[in-house]
Amino acid sequence: MLQVLLLTLSVFAIAHAELCKPDAQNAFKVRLSIKTALGDNAYAWDANEEYLFKAMVAFAMRRYSSKSTTQISDVLLCNVTDRVSFWFVVTDSSQNVTTVPGSEVEAAIRMNRNRINSAFLLSDKTLQFLKITSTLSPPVEPSMPVWLIVFGVVLCLIVAGIVFLVVAGIQQRKKKNKESTERENLEEKGEATVTAENGIPCEALDLKAGHINGIFAADDERFTSL
Amino acid sequence: LSVPPEIPKEDGRPKWDNKFQYILSCIGFAVGLGNVWRFPYLCQIHGGGAFLIPYFIALLFEGIPLLHLELALGQCLRKGSVGAWNTISPYLGGVGIGSWMVSVLVSLYYNTVLTWVMWYFINSFQEPLPWSVCPLNENRTGLNEECYESTAVSYFWYRKTLNITPDVTETGTLQWWLILCLATCWAIVYLCTIRGIETTGKAIYVTAIFPYLVLTIFLIHGLTLPGATDGLAYLFTPNLNTLKNPRVWLDAATQIFFSLSLAFGGLIAFSSYNPPKNDCEKDAVTVAIVNSMTSLYASIPVFSVLGFKATTGYSDCLDRNIISIINEFDLPEESIMRQNYTAWIGFLNSSYPEKIAGLKLKSCNLQEFLDQSVSGTGLAFIIFTQAIILMPGSQAWATLFFIMLFSLGLSSMFGNIEGVFTPLLELRIVSKSIPKELLSGIICLICFLIALCFTLGSGSYWIDIFDSYAGSLPLLVIAFFEVIGVAYVYKIKRFSKDVKWMTGRKPNLYWQITWRFISPLLLLIVFVAFVILQIQKPPSYAAWNPKYEGFPMKEDKVYPPWVLAICVLLAVLPCVFVPLVALFHLIKRMCRSKDPSFVPPEVFSCQGSN
Repeated sequence: MLQVLLLTLSVFAIAHAELCKPDAQNAFKVRLSIKTALGDNAYAWDANEEYLFKAMVAFAMRRYSSKSTTQISDVLLCNVTDRVSFWFVVTDSSQNVTTVPGSEVEAAIRMNRNRINSAFLLSDKTLQFLKITSTLSPPVEPSMPVWLIVFGVVLCLIVAGIVFLVVAGIQQRKKKNKESTERENLEEKGEATVTAENGIPCEALDLKAGHINGIFAADDERFTSL
Repeated sequence: LSVPPEIPKEDGRPKWDNKFQYILSCIGFAVGLGNVWRFPYLCQIHGGGAFLIPYFIALLFEGIPLLHLELALGQCLRKGSVGAWNTISPYLGGVGIGSWMVSVLVSLYYNTVLTWVMWYFINSFQEPLPWSVCPLNENRTGLNEECYESTAVSYFWYRKTLNITPDVTETGTLQWWLILCLATCWAIVYLCTIRGIETTGKAIYVTAIFPYLVLTIFLIHGLTLPGATDGLAYLFTPNLNTLKNPRVWLDAATQIFFSLSLAFGGLIAFSSYNPPKNDCEKDAVTVAIVNSMTSLYASIPVFSVLGFKATTGYSDCLDRNIISIINEFDLPEESIMRQNYTAWIGFLNSSYPEKIAGLKLKSCNLQEFLDQSVSGTGLAFIIFTQAIILMPGSQAWATLFFIMLFSLGLSSMFGNIEGVFTPLLELRIVSKSIPKELLSGIICLICFLIALCFTLGSGSYWIDIFDSYAGSLPLLVIAFFEVIGVAYVYKIKRFSKDVKWMTGRKPNLYWQITWRFISPLLLLIVFVAFVILQIQKPPSYAAWNPKYEGFPMKEDKVYPPWVLAICVLLAVLPCVFVPLVALFHLIKRMCRSKDPSFVPPEVFSCQGSN
């Protein structure tokens, strides 16, 4: 009796070894980069982590197909290296010594990739299923391109500046015109004779910064006609 | 009875608010984009620290004398370039018109470069930076092919910014985003130059000083980056053997010449607004030295950042190789680090040579990464943007960098526009009743409409053409005639007397020798060498063609004949005015033997013009 048991167990083990080996049919290689992802908080890969992995794969298979009855013991791991990479294969418990087709496993993993990643605190890049490509996330497109907003702000400021300067220039010119017409009116009426030297009214010279050079101003005949 | 010289003559000419504004405007005009993206490149390819020797010799014998000449000329004659040269001698009027033409042509394309800077600036406010990631292709299965084969940074520059066509003959369409930015840039230029130096004088305080602040910030940050010392050592390690190559001396002479923005007429315009009694000799020396010091100062952060980029590239190369090896041999993580990489490679190569060969590892060489030298727009928009992505807080660095480039270019644009604006103001054609605001508005509008050509798909090829042909050769010709005109037509003795009247001391032996002999000779040699170099090979350009087999390398193409004709036209048009105007006056003189309007140069003098 014992021998029969031993025989079946050994056959079972050999069969499993046959199912799970590198490049076997429906087997997938997994590679983890725990130290790269977590740095100092990296955990060691031991039998407990392997158990969790098997559980996650079983969970993925069950979630993918409601008919699935995958057990944790159906997931076989082998060739675990120091890199932390290994091969796994999912067997079908209802039919002995056969593996679930790779396409089903792939679809299941792809559907639940997020859950599997977060169980191990890893990402698509640090927990790699070598034959299963991950779908690329669409780029984040804001509803309004940001650059248009910045551009609008810059343009408004510039236009405001230009309008301000042009209006200020026009006002200044109007004031100058008004002053010169006022002066012309005064001159016409003869109320104030504005004597000017080089275009500058003498009163202004007197009051502001002008100096009257006594030597020249005293002797009127010496002035040459302009 | 002469007017005592102390009373200033009110001639209605605008003046600078203070001396500092004038000096700052000249410095801002001289210090431009070339100081940041051309000088460090020349330093690097011409033997590092050894390049400074020909550079300073050229500065001493070509840069400073010509600068002093232009500043003294403008200050003495108190007119823009056209009026000044007409006053010196009607036969030399063509020099002024040539300067004016060059200023117009350069203004057209220079502002388009600023457009690109502005586009990058307004795109720097996004997270992540748009030039750091490749977009997905149409069916979202992978990255965009053009982007994947080159880099995300190149893709953003060539496709998303320029939308460049594969050939200069294919014009492509107008890029609406570039048109918007171009309109904004011209609006900014209009805002700052609306009333001539009254408004540029205020704006220059910001645009001339701000770049120095940003350069200092980049200097401090750049020196703290890993690999900065490698970059700096690479830049400054002198290799005196390169001085045997005449190309180095030619590059030094042309760099000094173009860097100081000589022969544009802008410097003459700036100094014409000075009071006549102003020490132009000190101003010239100050501006020239500040310009050169700025070039040196700017090359330090540029090369720190380039060294950082090279080191990061080298580390990434090593890391990629390490990952391949670890994955292939299933070794534990972090067993191979960068330090023991060479030991491991040696060990594995001896034990498993076929496996190592099968991995196809790239050889990582730091020197190779440092050797990737680029100048011009490639440095700013491809290399530097790539380095900025690697820095933490990249949005801030990108924003600062592009505002700095914009200020540098804007202050140079002020000088260009002033070189166009001042002669037009003095022309009797433009009636006095047109307000300054309207004239500057018309100039900016016309330039904007013409510059729309540069926003086409082939626009950047045309900008290269304008830069190489309109912004280089004519300046040499005009500067040569400037020196010859002042030294031999106006006569150095009279010029020295005028300078003595303005500065209070006679120009010493250094100025006499350089103005009379050394500068004209140097200019002639540089001109001849330049032309010889251009003629030696058919002008070609590098096109960005995604369908090229060697993509992402650029494809070398030759200009078609009609483009070559335009190149020759651009180079010849400003120069042709010099002989044309001289001929015109000669014929006029011969037709009327007694021409009352002809002023013999002997009568004219600097003091009498006030």
